[in-house]
Parts: sequence; C-alpha cells; structure tokens
Amino acid sequence: MNDKRYFGILTGAAILFVALFAGLILTLVANSAATLGSSGLGFISGLEWNPVTLKFGAWPFIMGTLLTSFIALAISLPFSLATGILLGEYVRSSFVAKTANIFINLLASIPSVVYGLWGLTAVVPLVQKIETAAGVPAYGVGILSSSLVLAIMIIPFMSSMTREVLKNVPDSLRHGALALGATRREMVLGVSLPYVKSGIAAGVLLALGRALGETMAVTMLIGNATRLPSSLFSIGNTLASVIASQFNEAESDVHRSAMMELALILLLITFVINFAGRKIIEKSSGGRNGR
Amino acid sequence: MADEELSILHGRRRRKNAFFTALVVIPALIVLGLLAAIVIEVLVKGAGAFSASFFLEAQKPFGDPGGGIANGIIGTLMVLGIASLVSVPLSLAAALYLSERKGRALARLLRLVIDSLQGIPSIVIGVVMYAWIVIPMKSFSAFAGGIALSLIMIPTVTTTILEVLLLVPSSFREAAISLGAPHWRASLGIILPAAKTGILNGVGLGIARIAGETAPLLFTAFGNPFMNLNAGKPTSAIPLIIYDYIKSPYQDWHQKAWGAAFLLVLFVFLVNVLIGAGGKGKKGA
Repeated sequence: MNDKRYFGILTGAAILFVALFAGLILTLVANSAATLGSSGLGFISGLEWNPVTLKFGAWPFIMGTLLTSFIALAISLPFSLATGILLGEYVRSSFVAKTANIFINLLASIPSVVYGLWGLTAVVPLVQKIETAAGVPAYGVGILSSSLVLAIMIIPFMSSMTREVLKNVPDSLRHGALALGATRREMVLGVSLPYVKSGIAAGVLLALGRALGETMAVTMLIGNATRLPSSLFSIGNTLASVIASQFNEAESDVHRSAMMELALILLLITFVINFAGRKIIEKSSGGRNGR
Repeated sequence: MADEELSILHGRRRRKNAFFTALVVIPALIVLGLLAAIVIEVLVKGAGAFSASFFLEAQKPFGDPGGGIANGIIGTLMVLGIASLVSVPLSLAAALYLSERKGRALARLLRLVIDSLQGIPSIVIGVVMYAWIVIPMKSFSAFAGGIALSLIMIPTVTTTILEVLLLVPSSFREAAISLGAPHWRASLGIILPAAKTGILNGVGLGIARIAGETAPLLFTAFGNPFMNLNAGKPTSAIPLIIYDYIKSPYQDWHQKAWGAAFLLVLFVFLVNVLIGAGGKGKKGA
C-alpha cells in the first residue's frame, strides 16, 4: 500500500458512486423507452390506465400523489410546528422533553408497513364512519385515509426538524427579548421563528419529498383504483402505489415500461423538491456564518 | 399613558400569551397521545402473537395449526447482512474521500450524488434493481434485495461517518505525519480508530433505517413461504410477511402480521438503544 494506491482506491469508489447514480437514471429512461417513444408527453396528461388495451396515462397517479402529499402536509404542519416549538422553546432540557424526544425518534423509525397496518385497523374504520355520515360510498380506504396516515408519519420528522433549528437561535436573542419585557408569545413569534424561518421551510420541503415517495402505507390505504380521484373520499393510486401493486403482475413489456416511466416521473418530482430543500438549508447556514 | 390604559394593554398581552401557549401545548399533547396510542397498539396486539412456534417455524398454509415467521426472520437477517457487507466498505471509502479531498470537483459531485440518493423513493431503487439484477439472474433473490437495501443504507452510513471523521482533531493526522507516517497510514491507522464509535453508530443507524423497508424488496427478494438459505433464491423478509398477511382475510394471519410488526419495531428500537449506549445518539433516521 502506498499513498498513490490509497487515493486511487478512494477516487475509484467516488467515481463508482457517480457512475452508479447516472446508471440508475439511464436505466429508468432506457427501460421506459417503449412508452416514452410511443406516447411522449401524452403519457403524463393521459387519463386512462388500462393494461388490457395498452393505454397508459399517468395523470390520475400524479394527481393522487400530489393530493395525498399536500393534504398530509397541510394537516401535519400545525401539529408539527406546535410540537417542535413546545420542545424547542418551552420545555427544553427537562425530563419531559428528553422522554418526548426519545419517543419522537422511535416513531420516526417505525417502518412504513407498520403505519399501514395501524392505519387499516385504526383510521379506515373511522373514515368509514365519516363516509357513512356524509352519505358517500363507505370504502374506508382512499385519499383521506392515506393522507391522514401520511400526515402522522411525517409529524415526527417535521417536529424534530423544527426543534433542531430552534436550537440554533442564540439564547442571547431570547434573553434580550424577555429583558425588554416581551411575553413568551412575542419572543417566539417575533424573535425565534423569524430567525429560523428558512430552516423550517427546508424541513417542510424535505418532509414533502418523503411524503411524495412514501409507498407501503399508501399502497395499503388508498384503494388502488386506476382513475382520477374526484373527492377526498375517492379511492385512487399514487405513482409509488401503482408500481408497488402492479409491477410484479405486469402482463406485457409495455405495461412494465409504463411503470418504469412512472418511477422516472416520481424520481424527477422528488429530486426537484429535495434539491430545493437542501439549497435553502445551505443558503441559510452559509448566510448565518457570514454574519 | 394613564395607569388604566397600561393595565388594559397588559391584560390583553397576557391573554394573548396564554392563548398562544394553549395553541402550542394542546396540539403537541394530541400528537404525543396519538403517537403513544400507535406504540401501545403495536405492543398489545403484537405481543399476543408471540409464541415459541412464531419464532421457530416457517410460514404454514392457512388452516394448518401453528406456523410462524422464522423464514422471514432468517430472510431479513440475510438481506440486512448482504446490505451491510456491500454498503459499509463503500460508505467508508466515500466518507474518506469526502473528508480528505473536499473542495475538489469530484468531491462536490459525490456529495450531490449521496444527498440525491438519500432522497430517492425506495420503490424506485427496487424497480432499477429489478432491471439490473433480477432480469440478468432470471430469478428474484436475497442478493438482489440486499443490494437494493444497500443503496438505501449508503447515504445514512456515509453522512454519519463523514460527520465523525470531521470531528477528529487535525493534530492527530499532523502528529502521525510528523513521525514519518504516509498519508494512508495516518488515515487508516489513526483517524479511523479514533472515529470507531461514530462509524459503528453510522452502521447501526443504517441498519435501523433499512430493517423495515418493504417497497424495494417487493421486486427483488420477492418473498418465499419456505425457509430459504440460498442467497440466489427468492427470500422472505419480516416486512414482506406483514404486507402479505394483512391483505389476507384470515384472523390468524392478521394476528401474525401484528406480531411481525412488533418484532420489527422492537428490533429497530433495540438498535437505536445500542447506538445511544455506544455514544451520543443521533436523531432517528
């Protein structure tokens, strides 16, 4: 072994990763060639998904993905902010805060399939009751059930992000605000939150990225219908859940190619969201160091 | 300002403050209560399924008494083992490159790749591994499942290792080099041992991250109702059994699904506890 060889190995590994990543994307493009070539952009806007007649349109799934993710985000945002603020501003180092933190970390690591299992027994019957009361077909599963469980799944992530960024607020700022006679509320709203707003925005984007690609819980709860969802109570499908439920049963190469293209679309959407989230983090931490 | 005006203003600010406190505390309590309910439900329903045969016997067709998920436990251990064997050396190399060659264009590109890999939905990785491994091998396999999981594990392990490598004081390296040690020796003989605990933590976090992954296994390991020890053959895993069993109409299988879920949560929890005991715990994956 010498330094030349050592760095050669490390550089080789680095190049391998880059090649692997490029290969991943190229594979999806190459394998979706059959549908990319024949229907082009029509694939994205197409409303019909029928493996028998070989008509493949992804729009119902794109809508399903965006609907469930954004509803979940809207539901979980106030709860996550409240939990993050409680743990980051109110009960920071007490026993309660430590226990709550351990607990939240545990929940962040519970697998998606377990959340799906829980959703089927706890959330679906509840939604069924709501649907019966509202006079719509009581499927139980559907957009609403998936969004609710997704919301619960991203709460641990978003609240610990909020708590972590609040740790970056210098205590001198808090003390200054309190010394000037500010109430707790005025301190949190006027000093702490403005200081970390870009960090919270980044956390929201990263949580959205997770929700968009979430597969198992949604596959178990959304009802797997290949049509455009028309209301909260509709059954539907997301990009990820179609792939999970149909890939192994694909009857034709075109069907499989269509699903490769769904994977490609999903990858591109999550890329954009995650990239934006990371850029915000970089920008905000860079700006703070420069101050 | 007159005293009364001041006290009115004071009262209003106090009420606003109390209202805001309620706005923070009540939703947070709802969240913690809900999360507790989930854990308790998994614990209560899952523990009921535990028995000797649950751990020792493979799956049985519906109607046969007994049966367990031993094939899934072994399968999970197999795919986790393969994933660790592949991802740990690669992650180490990537983290070493990032810490020793920072500033280079390739290092920036590598960082971007690792970050992007972290955000890829796991099902997409499953689909690609189907094309890369399952099709050429003409069979689903534990090997394909392990490779798929390794790609999901790599970003977690790499970033954790990189963090601890950057924490090792540069005086360590300088001391080694001043004694005449070549660069590689300083890295592998001094820096890595100093960062040992952090590296082990990274591996633990990575394993906890992938233990419950289901989506990438659907098209790679596929599942197998029989005990299988051949890495080249379709293999079951605990999460795959949960998914299969809950779709069935049988009460007994539902109970086993809960048992499997509890076992999985318990495993991830224990790994997290071990990480916490081995050093300063990091926030969950």
